[in-house]
Amino acid sequence: MCVELTSRGAVAEIQSLADAVAATVHDGDCVAIEGFTHLIPVAAGQEIIRQGRKDLTLVRLTPDIVFDQMIGTGCARKLIFGWGGNPGVGSLHRFRDAVENGWPSPLELEEHSHAGLTNRFVAAAAGLPFAVLRGYFGTGLMGRHDSVKTVACPFTGETLAAVPALHPDVTILHAQQADRSGNVLMWGITGINKEAALAASRVLVTVEEVVDRLAAVPGGVVLPSWVIDSVAEVPGGTYPSYTAGYSERDNDAYVRWDAISRDRDTFRSWIDQHVMHATAAVHW
Amino acid sequence: MTSLSTTGSDTSARTFDRDDMMIVAASRALVGRRVCFVGIGLPSTAANLARATYAPDLVLIYESGTVGAKPSRLPLSIGDGELAATADTVVSVPEIFNYWLQGGRIEVGFLGAAQMDRFANLNSTVIGDYDHPTVRLPGAGGAPEIAASCQEVIVLIRQSPRTFVERLDFRTTVGFGDGPGDRERLGLRGSGPTLVITDLGVLRPDPVTCELTLSALHPGVELDEARAATPWELAVAPDLARTDPPSEVELRALRALLATRGGSS
Repeated sequence: MCVELTSRGAVAEIQSLADAVAATVHDGDCVAIEGFTHLIPVAAGQEIIRQGRKDLTLVRLTPDIVFDQMIGTGCARKLIFGWGGNPGVGSLHRFRDAVENGWPSPLELEEHSHAGLTNRFVAAAAGLPFAVLRGYFGTGLMGRHDSVKTVACPFTGETLAAVPALHPDVTILHAQQADRSGNVLMWGITGINKEAALAASRVLVTVEEVVDRLAAVPGGVVLPSWVIDSVAEVPGGTYPSYTAGYSERDNDAYVRWDAISRDRDTFRSWIDQHVMHATAAVHW
Repeated sequence: MTSLSTTGSDTSARTFDRDDMMIVAASRALVGRRVCFVGIGLPSTAANLARATYAPDLVLIYESGTVGAKPSRLPLSIGDGELAATADTVVSVPEIFNYWLQGGRIEVGFLGAAQMDRFANLNSTVIGDYDHPTVRLPGAGGAPEIAASCQEVIVLIRQSPRTFVERLDFRTTVGFGDGPGDRERLGLRGSGPTLVITDLGVLRPDPVTCELTLSALHPGVELDEARAATPWELAVAPDLARTDPPSEVELRALRALLATRGGSS
């Protein structure tokens, strides 16, 4: 996939979550949903489930609860990832069921180390065809798929690992604030968010609040309105993840998810109750 | 799990199980170290115990980008708010991997795994065949590059025929590969696993063969038990040592730390 050197829409449009997802996420898209433990846009993922998107290639360094829900409801055809577990708790049971038993449908895997997938985003953000890293050598991840190759350094001759740029059709993030022009501010652990946004053809950001003037925060990351397509105000949209300055991670919910997700019927009725009949961020 | 207690008047303070011993032994291994890359679970508990006891200035780095985190309670995830709020600085994920880890700035990396072989290679990807796994595990995360680029690696793993295996189902992370010279051939710049701490004892790689050699047994563990837990013929150091039991100070600090653990797990 190539980056088109055409300008996107002038500035981000501030929309409802349902309109923003309908406008940016289509069947068959490659969809990156980022946020490293912190700032995970859970509500946006659940809106994708409600809208019944299919055949998605989902991308995320650390697939967690929201990807478990999207995989378990059949949104995904393929997963590009680095670590798929319930942090500090154990397995993602819907992810496991898809890989081990093909339920509800088979899931193709493109598996990386965190450093490798990180560098796929870095290359894309920088407009380069690939990135180099010291990684993968001697591991079973090498040769597993065609997204890890080797390259000789043209200066020293040293052999390094190479990973191709990853350009999602859409990247979805959550942030603390947007202003009324659609400029977005996030702070705390920002993970791979900036690179994932700059790598994508379209960007949707959910925010805790739309404000007149963005806060001045040390270490804050600002994404200007003109690299974003849609902004939706979704307070609490990261639950059970968290948004520094607005909410705390609900560690108990991650523990509860283990029991909810273990059984297909329990999972389905949970989705029906908490996702299909909801319209905004859900606390459970 | 069997509880052991050393003789003394205050038995409640000195009672410990094998996981306690493993965590305490791992925390001792960090004394005198400066910078440690920490994973969640037992490594995080051990690193924070080291900070609470004999290594108060140890710099903890979590791959979420928190550099110099000083949590007062044990995090459930590597990105808990407490880690960011107490860190010296919070950097992006590309920065943590490319500048700090790959840049060779981390002294010790702490890893766990589902399986380990005699050359300390690790599997955290699948049990069974990759395309049709019996158990799909979470996967690599940061482990391969932590093992490649930290100056040294400490592995924390419970020792049993299920975890210690002749042949890994998948090689997620390279320890010493197929033996001497393999790390150099693969371009891995750190020294690799210098210490493996289990619930039964401590193993170190043989300087010539790179094969893990039992160098110490924890209190209450006999050699036969360590051998029975190891499906290959376990190499044993001629000067096999006995790990000191946890001190009262260590156990008190560990109890206090575990009482702060995030979540209800």
